[in-house]
Amino acid sequence: MTSEPQAWSPIFGRLSLESLPLHEPIVVATFCAVVLGGIGLVGALTYFRLWGYLWKEWFTTVDHKKIGIMYMILGLIMFVRGFADAIMMRLQQVMAFNGSEGYLNAHHYDQVFTAHGVIMIFFVAMPFVTGLMNYIVPLQIGARDVSFPFLNNFSFWMTTSGAVLVMVSLFIGEFAQTGWLAYPPLSGLTHSPGVGVDYYIWALQIAGVGTTLSGINLIVTIVKMRAPGMTMMKMPVFTWTSLCTNVLIVASFPVLTAVLALLSLDRYVGTNFFTNDFGGSPMMYVNLIWIWGHPEVYILILPLFGVFSEITSTFSGKRLFGYTSMVYATVCITVLSYLVWLHHFFTMGSGASVNSFFGITTMIISIPTGAKLFNWLFTMYRGRIRYELPMMWTVAFMLTFVVGGMTGVMLAVPPADFVLHNSLFLIAHFHNVIIGGVVFGVFAAINYWWPKAFGYKLNVFWGKVSFWFWVVGFWFAFMPLYVLGFMGVTRRMRVFDDPSLQILFGIAAFGAVLIACGIAAMFVQFGVSIMNRDKLRDETGDPWNGRTLEWATSSPPPDYNFAFTPVVHGLDAWEEMKRRDVPRPTSGFRAIHMPSSTWAGIVIAGIATVCGFALIWHIWWLAALSFLGVIGTSIVHTFNYKRDFHIPVEEVVATEAERTRQLEAAGGAA
Amino acid sequence: MSAAHDETAHHGHDDHGAAGHGSMRDYVIGFVLSVILTAIPFWLVMGDVIADKSLAAIIIVAFAAVQVVVHMVYFLHMNSKSEGGWTMMALLFTIMVVVICLAGVLWVMFHLATNMMPIHDMSNMGMG
Amino acid sequence: MSQTMTTGQQNLSLTARYFDLNEHDHPEGGSTMLGFWIYLMSDCLIFAMLFAAYGVLGANYATGPSPKVLFDLDLVALNTAMLLFSSITYGFAMLAMEKNKIGATQMWLAITGLFGAAFLAIELYEFSHLLHIGATPQRSAFLSAFFTLVGTHGLHVTFGIIWLVTLMVQVSRKGLIAANKRRLMCLSLFWHFLDVIWIGVFTVVYLMGMLR
Repeated sequence: MTSEPQAWSPIFGRLSLESLPLHEPIVVATFCAVVLGGIGLVGALTYFRLWGYLWKEWFTTVDHKKIGIMYMILGLIMFVRGFADAIMMRLQQVMAFNGSEGYLNAHHYDQVFTAHGVIMIFFVAMPFVTGLMNYIVPLQIGARDVSFPFLNNFSFWMTTSGAVLVMVSLFIGEFAQTGWLAYPPLSGLTHSPGVGVDYYIWALQIAGVGTTLSGINLIVTIVKMRAPGMTMMKMPVFTWTSLCTNVLIVASFPVLTAVLALLSLDRYVGTNFFTNDFGGSPMMYVNLIWIWGHPEVYILILPLFGVFSEITSTFSGKRLFGYTSMVYATVCITVLSYLVWLHHFFTMGSGASVNSFFGITTMIISIPTGAKLFNWLFTMYRGRIRYELPMMWTVAFMLTFVVGGMTGVMLAVPPADFVLHNSLFLIAHFHNVIIGGVVFGVFAAINYWWPKAFGYKLNVFWGKVSFWFWVVGFWFAFMPLYVLGFMGVTRRMRVFDDPSLQILFGIAAFGAVLIACGIAAMFVQFGVSIMNRDKLRDETGDPWNGRTLEWATSSPPPDYNFAFTPVVHGLDAWEEMKRRDVPRPTSGFRAIHMPSSTWAGIVIAGIATVCGFALIWHIWWLAALSFLGVIGTSIVHTFNYKRDFHIPVEEVVATEAERTRQLEAAGGAA
Repeated sequence: MSAAHDETAHHGHDDHGAAGHGSMRDYVIGFVLSVILTAIPFWLVMGDVIADKSLAAIIIVAFAAVQVVVHMVYFLHMNSKSEGGWTMMALLFTIMVVVICLAGVLWVMFHLATNMMPIHDMSNMGMG
Repeated sequence: MSQTMTTGQQNLSLTARYFDLNEHDHPEGGSTMLGFWIYLMSDCLIFAMLFAAYGVLGANYATGPSPKVLFDLDLVALNTAMLLFSSITYGFAMLAMEKNKIGATQMWLAITGLFGAAFLAIELYEFSHLLHIGATPQRSAFLSAFFTLVGTHGLHVTFGIIWLVTLMVQVSRKGLIAANKRRLMCLSLFWHFLDVIWIGVFTVVYLMGMLR
C-alpha cells in the first residue's frame, strides 16, 4: 500500500518500483489500455508525419482560437476520465449492500471520489470555460488576439501540466484520498503521509498559475482591445460575464494559491498552520479555502449565463430582454460571491450571528440569478423561437437549473443545513446546478459555436440523441440522491447496511448509464459531423443568423479575425450591420501586425511539470534543478525582443478574395 | 481600444500607464512623509509612549494606513486617470475584497474560538 | 449583399462607418502596465491571506516564545530604512530613465539592488538568530505564520533583485528602448508594491506584536 511511509533515496526520492500500483488489477488494466492507446496515437502521429505540424501550428501557437480549441480538447479528455470515476462510484455504491464490499477497496474508492471532484472542477469545467472565453471574447469585441498572446499559450500549458500530474498519479503512486478540497487534518502529514495529497497540491498549484495568468490576460483584453465604439454598455453579454468571471479568477485564485502553499508548508516543512498541535487550526483551512471556493462556483457558471443569453437572444430572433439588468445582475453576483463563503460550513460552530449573516447573504445572491432567468424567459416571450440544438440545451438548463437553485436556497437556511450538511442532498444540489448549468451550457456553446470554429454544423440527429440521454439520465441519476439525502445518507460512503436504500442507488446508477450513452452519442455526433463536413458546410460564417461580431467574419475565422476592425455603434453590432446592409470592404487591405508563435510556453510548462513531479516524490535535486530551469528559461525568453510579424498584404488579399467567393456562393444558394 | 485611443492622443509613446511619470518633487515629498510616518509609530512603540496598548495599536495602524496612501500617491503614482481609471478601479476592488476577507476571517474565526474551544463556557454558544 | 437601392458612394460611406478602414498598427505593449498592475492586485491577495493567517494564529504561542522575547525593533527599523532608501533610489532610476540617461539609470538601479540585498541580509540574520534560539517555524502556529508572512515578502524581494539584475543586463545590451523602459516601469511598480506590503508587515507583525 503506497500510503505507508516509504524509504527515501537521494536519487529517486520516495519513488521506487513499489510506487507502481501493480496490486490493483483495475489500475493495471487501465494502464495497459492507456499505454496501448498512447503507443497507437504516437505511432499514428509519426506515421502521418504530424509532429511538425502539431508543434508549429498548435503547441507553440499564440492564436487565441487555436488555444481555445486546445482548452476544449483538454476539457473533453479529462471529462471522460472524470466520468469514468463517476460511473465507478455509482457501480460501487449499488453493489455494496447486504454484506458485499463492492469491487473497490477503501484506498481505491477514496481516491476515485477525490479525483472525480478535482478533475471535474479544475480540469474539465475550468478548461471548458477558459476555452470558450479564449475563443469567443476576442472575436466578440472585434480584436485580433488577446493582450498577451504568449501568456495565453503559457497559461494553457500550465493548466495541461496540472492535468498531466493528476493523470500520472493514477499509475505512479496514488492520488489524494481526502475529498476534493483536501481538508486537514486528514490531508496533513500525520494522516496522509503518502504522495496523494502532494499530487493534489502541485497539480492545483501549477494549473492555478495558468488560470490566474489567463484571467489577467482576458481582463486586459476586454478592457483595452475592444473595437472602436464598443463602450462597456455595448459589450455583448457573454463578454460582460467573461469580464466578471476573470475578475473573480484574479481575485480568488491567489487565495487558493496561498492556502495550498500553507498546507504544503505544513506537509513539507512541518509548520503548524492547520495541525491540531502547537496552536494550529484545521478550521482555518476550511475557512480560507472557501473564500476561494465560493467565487469559484460563480467563475464556472457566469460565462455560461453569458452563453445562454447569447443563445436565447439569437434563437428567439430578438434583442436580449433587459440587457442592462443582466449586466448589473452579473456585477452584483461578482461582488456578493465574496460574502457567502461560510455557508459551506454552517455546522463548524461560529454561532448564530455569523450563520445568520451568511445565510441571508446567500439568499440575497439568488435574487440576481432569478432576475437573469426572468430576462431569458421574457426574451423568449413572443420571440420566433427556433429549437435548434443550442436552444434545446438552453431550455433544459432553465428547467434543471431552477430546481438546483431552489435546493440551494434550502441549504442556505442554517437550521436546514444542519440536517442536510454533507448528505447526498448536497451532492444532488451541486450536481443539479453544475451539470444543469455548466455542463449543459458548455454543450449548448459547443453546438452553437462549432460552426464558427470549424466551418460546418454539427449533426442534429446524434445531437438530439445525446441531448435526450443526457437530460433524462441526469434526472434519473440525481433525483434519488435528494431522497437519499433526506433519509440521512452522507456523501463519500463506500458500503451500506440498510438494504432499503439499494433501489435508489440502483435508479441513480441507471441514470449514470443513460448519461454514459449521452456522452457516447456526443462523440458519435462529433465523428459523424466530421465525416459529413462537406454536407454540413456553412459558407456564410453566420449559420444561426447571429447578432454579435464573431458572426461577422468567416468560419473558421482567418488568423487575423477581421481584415478591418469593425466599428461599433450599438448593442448587437452584427445584427445592426446586417439590418443596414453594410457592404463588406473588399479593397484597401493592409499587412496585418500579429504576434509570433513561441516555444517558451510549452517548454517552461514542461519543466514546471518535472518540478512538480520531483517535489511530489521528494526528489530534491531534480526539484531544485527544474525550478532553476523554469526561472532560467523564463529569463532567456525575456531576451527575445522580436515577438511579432506582419501577415503580408498579398495573403490578406487572397484570404479575403476567398471569403468573397464563399459569400457569393452562399448568397446564390440562399 | 477606445480607452487606448484616448491615451495615445496625449502621450506620444506607448509606455503610458499605471506608473505614470513622477517628478523629483513627488519622490522627495513621498520619501520625507514616509520617513516621518514610519518614525513616529516606531518611536511610539519603542519608547512606550502610550500606556493604553489598544489605543497605541489603533494609532500605529492609522499611521500605516496613511503611509500606504502616501506610497500609493507618490511612489506608485496612483490617480483616477491613468489607464482610463482602470488601475484605480482594480485597486478599489482589491481593497474591498481584502477588507471583506480579513474582516470576515477574523470575525468567523474568533466566534468559532469563543464557541468551540473547550476552555470556554459552552453556555454562551451562539451569543457572540 | 448589395441589392439595396443605395449608390456605390453611399455604400462606401456605410462601410467606412462600420469598419475602421484607416487602421494603423497598434504599438506593442500598450496593455502591459495595466496587466502588471492587475497581477500585483492578485499578489496583494496572497499577502492578504498570509496576513489573515497571521491575524488568526498570531497569538497561538503554544507555550513557545512570544514576539516580545523574539523581536528586535532596532533591527526592524534598520530594515525598514533599507527598503525606504531603495524605494527612493528606484525613483531616481526612473527619473534618469525618463531623461534617457543610461549611465545614471544603471547606477541608481545598482544602488537600489544593493539596498535590497542589505534588506535581505538583515532579514536572514534575524531569521538565523531566531532559528538559533529555537524559535523555528515548527515551534508554534504563531512562528509558522510569522516566518511565512515575512519570508514570502523576502522571497518577493529576492525575485525583485533577480529581475533587477536581468533588466540591468538588458539595458546595457539594448539601451533604453521602449520595451526596456516598460519593463523597468513594471519592476518599479513591483518594488514600490513590496514597500507597501512591508508597511503592513512592520506594523502588524513587529509593532503590534511588541504591544501584545
